[in-house]
Amino acid sequence: MALPLGLHIALQHLLHRRRQTLVSLLGVALGVAFFIAISAMMQGFQRDFVARIIDVQPHIIIKDEVREAPMQPVERAYPGGAVSLRGLKPMEEVRGIRGARNILATLEDLPGVHVAPALSGNLLLRFGGKDLSVNVTGIDPARERKVTHIEKDLLSGSLDALYTTSNAIILGEGVAKKGGIRSGDLISAVSPVGVVLKMKVVGIFSSGITLMDNFDTYVLLKKAQVLQNRTNVVNRVNLRLDDVELAAPLAAQVERQFGYRSEPWQEQSRNVLGIFVIQNAIMYSTVGAILIVACFGIFNVISTVVFEKTKDIGILKSIGFRDRDIRRIFVTEGLIVGVIGTVIGWGLGWGLIEFMASLHFEMEGFVRAQGFILYRTPVHYMVSAAMAIASATLAAWVPARRASRLNPVDIVRGS
Amino acid sequence: MAAIEASGLGRDLPGEVPVTLVRDIDLAVEAGEFVAITGPSGSGKSSLLYLLGLLDLPTAGRVRIEGADTTGLSPDQLAAIRLARIGFVFQFHFLLPEFTCMANVEIPIRRLGALSDAQARDRAAMLLDSLELADHRRKYPDQLSGGQRQRVAIARALANDPAMILADEPTGNLDTRTAHLVFDLFRALARDQGRSVVVVTHDADLARMADRRIHLVDGRIVD
Repeated sequence: MALPLGLHIALQHLLHRRRQTLVSLLGVALGVAFFIAISAMMQGFQRDFVARIIDVQPHIIIKDEVREAPMQPVERAYPGGAVSLRGLKPMEEVRGIRGARNILATLEDLPGVHVAPALSGNLLLRFGGKDLSVNVTGIDPARERKVTHIEKDLLSGSLDALYTTSNAIILGEGVAKKGGIRSGDLISAVSPVGVVLKMKVVGIFSSGITLMDNFDTYVLLKKAQVLQNRTNVVNRVNLRLDDVELAAPLAAQVERQFGYRSEPWQEQSRNVLGIFVIQNAIMYSTVGAILIVACFGIFNVISTVVFEKTKDIGILKSIGFRDRDIRRIFVTEGLIVGVIGTVIGWGLGWGLIEFMASLHFEMEGFVRAQGFILYRTPVHYMVSAAMAIASATLAAWVPARRASRLNPVDIVRGS
Repeated sequence: MAAIEASGLGRDLPGEVPVTLVRDIDLAVEAGEFVAITGPSGSGKSSLLYLLGLLDLPTAGRVRIEGADTTGLSPDQLAAIRLARIGFVFQFHFLLPEFTCMANVEIPIRRLGALSDAQARDRAAMLLDSLELADHRRKYPDQLSGGQRQRVAIARALANDPAMILADEPTGNLDTRTAHLVFDLFRALARDQGRSVVVVTHDADLARMADRRIHLVDGRIVD
């Protein structure tokens, strides 16, 4: 009896319509549960992926490219002037980052920044009659280990073996598997410019990022320059920052200063990060659809109550209930369904997450994993509660308003 | 000062062909007076009652409740007057089926909020006892007979100790003997408790039990 009157009446209405109330409760609960479970799954995967690429890849890559063709001197001298150049022939030049030594020195002086030069290109590996086309990156191991994760990802061998063994090469796990190559094997490497070297596999790495493991190989920088026939040329500078968040601004600054295209990790992984946006959109529309269906359930049960309770509404109004008292009763009913449905949904969602966490299977997509990667956060619970309760209240509002506008005279005159 | 006073009261239903429910009603009901409104069906008896009880708004004239003009009051203000000063009884009992008799009687008391929950319970029990329903406090409306239900409805109408009781065909669904008992009850509410009681009925026998009879034909008071 200590219940407020409006709440008391609302509860009685719902309790006397158990089956309908249960169905609407279940609708809300499922919406909330799926939201929590799917969010945990999606965000778990996305955060794991971002963490891995931040961990594995350089935070900024400076490439020997420019974003736009440089302007001709005459165009620079007369900007906006009536200058037209025709029949321009591009100058043949050796590709690579000019003044790489200078850039390295400048960047190395910045605090919290680690720098490593690299020369990347393509390579054809021959082993046992198999040809494998791979990316090859020439690195300076002493610097590289501060910039990428390669050393920690080695399954066998060591980065220093690149120094100690002549013509040494490190392969990704997927490359080794495809070629049936094991550590210590001798393989032929053919470069696009025709250099052929017998190389010894001194290490195999596994980064967990499928694309890298299947196509990347590493050699000493000097060896890569020999393979590409580009002595002293560096076509990439890799940076690793102590603070990941500074990658984008620093990349922009480097690009302004040196003119070379500098890609922060967000840009390197733009494809995947773009897919995440679509993924999230799909998730939110799916969960939104579930909640909308749940809302129809609530709308339905409260509309029915309003319809069945027309007489009660008439008498309550004649007793002296105001319009807003009537409205409050029915909105409260929506609120009750929303709140209780949310709590049940929290339980279901938690259970779903724990169930998914208990599953183990091999998965290979952008990354490899042995099961669902789940991200558990109270934020998902809060967001789902807010959405569910807000939509439940909204669904109740419409019939509640109709109830409050009923004219008691029309109802009691029924006699 | 009359408990209810109507002057020049009229009510038209708007529409392509306007319908006049009542017109030119001048009427005063004193405290302690038991008035019966009679007339053929469609004569505007109920419409007049709803106007007197502030359930409906007149299109002409005014209603004074205990001397205060109600013209121009907001719906919320009218609801507040109904809650505290007026008790309604209808042909159908209109009890809330999910609530016990006690709880039904407590609803107006709790809505008014002047009494504590314990006091509200006491008052509801007292009202049910006074209407010889003491044994039925915990029962639900569908467990009672028609006469018992109507007495619960009367107890509910009395919940906030209103100055006036307005009843619309309260015995329409009751057998003659029960109907007479209910009318006895109304008479007692007027004589012994000083309330104004206005009852709409089409039963001339029952109407004779009232202090005064008002006969309505085509929305006007005759004789």
